[in-house]
Amino acid sequence: MSIRERLSGNEAAAIAMKQINPDVVAAFPITPSTEIPQYFSTFVSNGDVNTEFVAVESEHSAMAACIGAEAAGSRAMTATSANGLSLMWEMIYIASSLRLPIVMSLVNRAVSGPLNIHNDHSDAMGVRDAGWIMLFSENNQEAYDNLIMAHKIAENKNVKLPLMVCQDGFITSHSIENIELIEDDKVKVFVGEYNPEEYLLNKENPIAVGPLDLQAYLFEHKAMQADAMRNAKNVILEVSKEFEKMTGRKYSFFEEYKLEDAEIAIVCMNSTAGTTKYVVDCLREKGIKAGLLKLRVFRPFPADEIAKALENLKAVAVLDKADSLNAAGGALFEDITSAMYVNKKQVPMVNYIYGIGGRDTKSDDIESVYNDLEEIAKTGEIDNPYRYLGLRK
Amino acid sequence: MAYNLKQVVAEKPSRFTAGHRMCAGCGVPPVARMILRALKPEDHAVISVATGCMEVSTFIYPYTAWTDSFVHTAFECAAANASGAEAAYKALKRKGKIPEDQTTKFIAFGGDGGTYDIGLQSLSGAMERGHDMVYVCYDNGAYMNTGIQRSSATPKFSDTTTSPAGEVIPGKMQSRKDLTNIMANHHIPYVAQTAAVNNFKDLYEKSEKAIYTEGPAFLNVLAPCPRGWGYNTEDLMQINKLAVETCYWPLYEVVDGRYIVNYKPKNKLPIEEFLKPQKRFKHMFKPGNKWMIEEFQKEVDKRWEELLNLEEITNREE
Repeated sequence: MSIRERLSGNEAAAIAMKQINPDVVAAFPITPSTEIPQYFSTFVSNGDVNTEFVAVESEHSAMAACIGAEAAGSRAMTATSANGLSLMWEMIYIASSLRLPIVMSLVNRAVSGPLNIHNDHSDAMGVRDAGWIMLFSENNQEAYDNLIMAHKIAENKNVKLPLMVCQDGFITSHSIENIELIEDDKVKVFVGEYNPEEYLLNKENPIAVGPLDLQAYLFEHKAMQADAMRNAKNVILEVSKEFEKMTGRKYSFFEEYKLEDAEIAIVCMNSTAGTTKYVVDCLREKGIKAGLLKLRVFRPFPADEIAKALENLKAVAVLDKADSLNAAGGALFEDITSAMYVNKKQVPMVNYIYGIGGRDTKSDDIESVYNDLEEIAKTGEIDNPYRYLGLRK
Repeated sequence: MAYNLKQVVAEKPSRFTAGHRMCAGCGVPPVARMILRALKPEDHAVISVATGCMEVSTFIYPYTAWTDSFVHTAFECAAANASGAEAAYKALKRKGKIPEDQTTKFIAFGGDGGTYDIGLQSLSGAMERGHDMVYVCYDNGAYMNTGIQRSSATPKFSDTTTSPAGEVIPGKMQSRKDLTNIMANHHIPYVAQTAAVNNFKDLYEKSEKAIYTEGPAFLNVLAPCPRGWGYNTEDLMQINKLAVETCYWPLYEVVDGRYIVNYKPKNKLPIEEFLKPQKRFKHMFKPGNKWMIEEFQKEVDKRWEELLNLEEITNREE
């Protein structure tokens, strides 16, 4: 029987880590992810896990230590937010290029500056091309579930890529909600042992990791990374199916909420999907055919699948919780419009930059987007596709 | 058993192989070879190297000069990488995933740029956390890999490409950071400053102590650079010797906080002897620049006296 609990998102992540019992955790405190290493170090101190906890002096060293640990042949995990991820940035790219399946909890927060500790997705968007698998989570349950699935995806021999599980800072990380936990022994069996083929601590077969890689080889090595990311798509689906068998909870690249017969839809990630589901339900009661596509797998980007899911809609709004400051549109919007174009699907689309720096996004705001979409669906007219939601005039 | 170079070389084949691409006359390869010879032949090592001369000329895909396990990631994090690998070793040993009879040692290498400057934080962190590892700084006194830019290890008045000796400013105007003492003040079990002199005896013995002392250890090794310092490649060992004989680079160790000066020249040579064969100090010998040599000498004397004082203070009977 699964265990019913009430936990915050950070607690859920820490408990997932306890059940995974990784070999090494290297982390540095930063709001709002601090609680994860905090809870975890309690598990270490009380002997609930037999992990080596490395209380590093910076996030750069957190990722560098994770790289050293994972290359050495162990399972390494960390957690961070915002500027912590920015400081790791150099090592984030190196981790994926070395094909090390490190798993990180990223508790999304606005990247400075100016300083702001609240939620948006600017941290995650800053590493979207870094070669990490990126899973987003609507609530504590999904943050937990995604972490339980993480190693099986990342460590698959056709993948071997690092993976980050995102959840919204404070909104998810600090809100206590109901959650269904899986029994420890089931998690242990599901996650399995990590037995890499090649690793530093194999005395019988010493290896060298991280060469100077010049014009003759780097291109091919990067193409191999891209292949691994493509391979990750199937592996994510396989692992999600296995997870469903164990828990009954269904996961895919994205969740389609009342999308099948919808005429207008919102695409978004993380906690905003919860608010959007509520608004969809209200609108459905009024006979408005509203739907939602909640993206779970942002990297690898399921371009074809998204295009197919959105092809019959009359109007779509893509919500970006980070502004790309490029005079064109948010990262998610650009990815989705590009996916539609390549798949020859023409659906009127608008982009809303919203929730920056923790600006509250209420059901009224989401409803106003559906109102706009109804208008667009009627007329097909979009005067300005690059819009703000909740920006004070 | 007394140290014997011939015996060490005969009994312990180099674990850092020929075929690397470091310059002729570079101080680094002999130092690396000798440090690794201090490993017991049956022990395995994980070597972590910072980006720099040593890394880019020893592991160019698909070739490597390292026979032990090796990891490189970036400039500032050789210590953090090693600390992660060492943590993994502890965890996997505990879980029985590494053979009981396997001993792996962790040795990080960084140049002075990767150690005194950009990597100081990660080094300090790793040492404070008490990982069982040795960090070796091969100090060649500037960013040599990128083309001789000044670092905080560059001696005063040096002519480098970012502290050029010009008409108005005569080279680097700041003194060297004293990293060995900074590391000693981390109160770790073993810190030493050494150089490849006297048949490598000092270097070998300190490496052995550093590697086999439990807990964190730090070695600062002088590693002259023919390109950056401007000496003839065949003079490498002579330059090392002059650095020690002038007390520019004293040989000493700090064992559990106790300073031991390993070599006190009977006849301390004037600093000119060390400066003269090096092009980076050429301008100091031009007419009217004697004050620079005098100032340099004063600084060397002051630091030497300080070191002798530290030895005396830390060895006082209670």
